[in-house]
Amino acid sequence: MSGQSQRLNVVPTVTVLGVVKARLVGATRGHALLKKKSDALTMQFRQILKKIVSTKESMGTIMKSSSFALTEAKYVAGENVKHVVLENVHSASLKVRSRTENVAGVKLPKFEYFTEGETKNDLTGLARGGQQVQACRGAYVKAIEVLVELASLQTSFLTLDDAIKTTNRRVNALENVVKPRLENTISYIKGELDELEREDFFRLKKIQGYKKREMERQVAAAKHFAEEQVVGKVSMQKGISMNAAHNLLTTTAKDEDIIF
Amino acid sequence: MANRVQVPSRNSALIAMIADEDTITGFLLAGVGNVDLRRKTNYLIVDSKTTVKQIEDTFKEFTTREDIAIVLISQYVANMIRFLVDSYNKPVPAILEIPSKDHPYDPTHDSVLSRVKYLFSAESVASERR
Repeated sequence: MSGQSQRLNVVPTVTVLGVVKARLVGATRGHALLKKKSDALTMQFRQILKKIVSTKESMGTIMKSSSFALTEAKYVAGENVKHVVLENVHSASLKVRSRTENVAGVKLPKFEYFTEGETKNDLTGLARGGQQVQACRGAYVKAIEVLVELASLQTSFLTLDDAIKTTNRRVNALENVVKPRLENTISYIKGELDELEREDFFRLKKIQGYKKREMERQVAAAKHFAEEQVVGKVSMQKGISMNAAHNLLTTTAKDEDIIF
Repeated sequence: MANRVQVPSRNSALIAMIADEDTITGFLLAGVGNVDLRRKTNYLIVDSKTTVKQIEDTFKEFTTREDIAIVLISQYVANMIRFLVDSYNKPVPAILEIPSKDHPYDPTHDSVLSRVKYLFSAESVASERR
């Protein structure tokens, strides 16, 4: 595997080993944290998925009932009610406001609708069918409510999808690239340091052996010297004593007071 | 951080619609419609005379406009410009496919729902839908 053989390009020293070890600790902690974040996001994501499915379901029925309400209104108020409505559009009274929700550091937009000012359609259906028109209006406002909720769910879904992808990519990068690389570097530095130690040890051994031999040689030389000295001394003493004996003899021989 | 500043600045946004006349009428009645100073509307009524080109242009305009947060699009209209809807993947504005009165809603065509299904193990979605 190419990832296994990779390592950082560093000088193998004890200091660098400490630095790389600290980095490995940091990478491990970051990996654990990111994993947690990814788990939290995935949980949220699954909840949103469930909600999307159920909201889509309810959207179908709500749209059906609002269409029905519109048909009712049209039946009562006459077909031309839609022209009145289409002509009466000026500015939106029903708008959307967005705020953000924070899930594990990911900002999810949330929409909520609000009404602003008076609707221009108050007089629609004044002649006939006013109640039906109002009911239809209520049905459509309810539909908007569901649709806005669905929209925020959908937006959260897309945002979370993206965030989860990014987080998982980071987790995998840490797990499969950064951490093995740091571990390889550590083992490389340790190997190099071990080799240096062995080299040093061997060198020390070598020097020790040399010193020992030298010492032995010196000891032997000293012994030899000492022996020679002892021999010399002994011989000297002997010599002296002999000489003395000689002297003694000669002196005694030459003694004039000698009688015999 | 820039995100946090950006969102409240668009504090009130519009809901845009591309749908048939009845659906549009209903939503206009609810008060969604908006006409700006240049007589530009935030909705497009699709009838038999509307061309696909027109729908495409409107869709592109709505998805790039700053003041629109949600685009509602009838599903049969979305099917006409399916390639555009499917290639759109920004979170804001959100595209919502809605059923229309004379076209039943088919969840298999919905671009978001198909992605949901893809992620959510087909069985739970498919069995619930039918």
